[in-house]
Amino acid sequence: MSKQTLFDKVWDAHVVRKIEDGPDVFLIDRHFIHEVTSPVAFLGLENRGIDVMYAKRTFATADHNTPTINQHLPVQDPLSANQLQQLETNTTKHGISHWGLGHAKNGIVHVVGPENGITLPGMTIVCGDSHTSTHGAFGAIAFGIGTSEVEMVLSSQCIMQPKPMKMRVNVNGKLGKGVLPKDVTLYIIAQLSAAGATGYFVEYAGDVFENMSMEGRMTVCNMSIEMGARGGMIAPDETTFNYLNGREQAPKGEAWDRALAYWKTLKTDDEAVFDKEYTFDAADIEPQITYGTNPGLGTGISQNIPLSGDVIDGEASYKKSLGYMGFAENEQIIGKKIDYVFLGSCTNGRIEDFRAFASIVKGRKKADNVTAWLVPGSHIVESQIKEEGILDILTESGFELRQPGCSACLAMNDDKVPAGKYAVSTSNRNFEGRQGPGARTLLASPLVAAAAAVTGVVTDPREFL
Amino acid sequence: MIEKYFYSKNKNIMAYDKFTVLQSSAVPMPIENVDTDQIIPARFLKATTREGFGDNLFRDWRYNNDNSPKQDFVLNNPTYSGKILVAGRNFGSGSSREHAAWAIYDYGFRCVISSFFADIFKGNALNIGILPVTVSPEFLHKIFTAIEADAKAIIEVNLPEQTVTIATTGEKESFTINGYKKNNMINGFDDIDYLQSMKGEIAAFAEKSLY
Repeated sequence: MSKQTLFDKVWDAHVVRKIEDGPDVFLIDRHFIHEVTSPVAFLGLENRGIDVMYAKRTFATADHNTPTINQHLPVQDPLSANQLQQLETNTTKHGISHWGLGHAKNGIVHVVGPENGITLPGMTIVCGDSHTSTHGAFGAIAFGIGTSEVEMVLSSQCIMQPKPMKMRVNVNGKLGKGVLPKDVTLYIIAQLSAAGATGYFVEYAGDVFENMSMEGRMTVCNMSIEMGARGGMIAPDETTFNYLNGREQAPKGEAWDRALAYWKTLKTDDEAVFDKEYTFDAADIEPQITYGTNPGLGTGISQNIPLSGDVIDGEASYKKSLGYMGFAENEQIIGKKIDYVFLGSCTNGRIEDFRAFASIVKGRKKADNVTAWLVPGSHIVESQIKEEGILDILTESGFELRQPGCSACLAMNDDKVPAGKYAVSTSNRNFEGRQGPGARTLLASPLVAAAAAVTGVVTDPREFL
Repeated sequence: MIEKYFYSKNKNIMAYDKFTVLQSSAVPMPIENVDTDQIIPARFLKATTREGFGDNLFRDWRYNNDNSPKQDFVLNNPTYSGKILVAGRNFGSGSSREHAAWAIYDYGFRCVISSFFADIFKGNALNIGILPVTVSPEFLHKIFTAIEADAKAIIEVNLPEQTVTIATTGEKESFTINGYKKNNMINGFDDIDYLQSMKGEIAAFAEKSLY
């Protein structure tokens, strides 16, 4: 038998039928849905007169448009309220699990799936959300789909997908002081560009990922889509198994033993071949920050903004990007005044992110010119923040904690950065208007966000460590 | 010659106009990395049906904050029109929102030509009846040049033959598409029809699944 990659092993185990000169009919193990990309799929089922095939393999949570304050009150925006109501109605009608607003397990779909043990190694996982790639941290094939495909999964538990090409990204060595998983992923994306992995599914390998926590691995896999990859995955290991053992929906007893035996086979064979492979040195990675309007336009925080000749984007597009940001080529990024800080999202809304943020703001005060939105990824994360005393540190430093949701990552709710204002954000996209019409986003790690929050300007977090 | 597919009266069914040969002038957008947040900003994703997204296509590039049109944006320039959108490389990156494809379709485009598409957008487009055509960077440049020379230059996209032709210059290039999707587009079929036809086979497979 030819040598296989981790990706091949999981993919091939889920192909129901191969179509000649066409896609594979691909079985989905876990389907997550939320209020924004599912209503039209349910409407489609209704219009065609077909039912949900396996209701128990779909899980719903409300996150994209939910408010992050006063969640006990009725949602003010009638359009958002309608979407939330439709999710409730549709899931009730079809017998689908629904952790809606106010539910103890509610939170961002890519945070609650893993923390409740719904996400497991070797699974295929989809959701109408491109950051579904997050779940690849567990050695699952996970990726975002469109609403037509949501309808396909609901009605047939399958989608039709051509098998992507395979890429491996190796990062070896020891990460420097103040360098977090977010910096590793921003560095990789800056090297490959925002389209550098389009058409590929990525496996991350090397001792940097082997030594990374599950939270860190989720941050890295989450951002895979930002270099165009459909998804990214990391072979499951003891870190993965320890994280999963005892989680509510993870297998128990004998079922756990059987699953574990299978999961241990989920790794790339020594001589397996990738279509493309990159290797980076951890020592080259410093805390990162983006300065443009796609996630590939990022650099080490101590660097200046590159000249147009040094980036892959065409000159016109690059100038448009810098023009939107109000930046110029060759400017220093450190010292730029900022107005907002956002800690949260499916990228950096987990407990480790709040610990990192607190490690810098502890004993310091929020800068007067900064509005800070600290949004946990779930109620479980929110509880951890309180139990570990992190909330006390944040409060002491002049910060407030909001309630879980996607929030200012995509600004579908009221958490919008005003036009022209600068936000250092731990989220995943710095596109024009992403955090509100006219908002200017600088993507960074929780440490960089914390340093900016206490100084009011872009600051190298290593100064505080 | 686009023919109506029998489902098209009900827009909420995932079915669309058949696509064979499209001859149209084109709208040029020579910008790279056009992400789906630009195509349809997140604040317009709150509808629960598929209708009306075309009004907000490229909303923040197309309109000022007071809703007045931005005169320098191509969709507000009456010189350009047509059913084909021609865009710079890495079109449709970012969010998986199918609303981006709905907005393009609802506005009246049936084909997007670029030198490079983001994966999810490409799949979404094909699923709702927009043909994404990938041409070489050189040919893309030729199309932009032809439109610059004559804003009404006709571009012919021939799906059965898998070719794109610039009518004013006669320049032609082939494109690739898998046979399954090509057949779907030409006949107005969709994946849901296909999957429904093999549910027994899926069920037998799914029952054996570990999860």
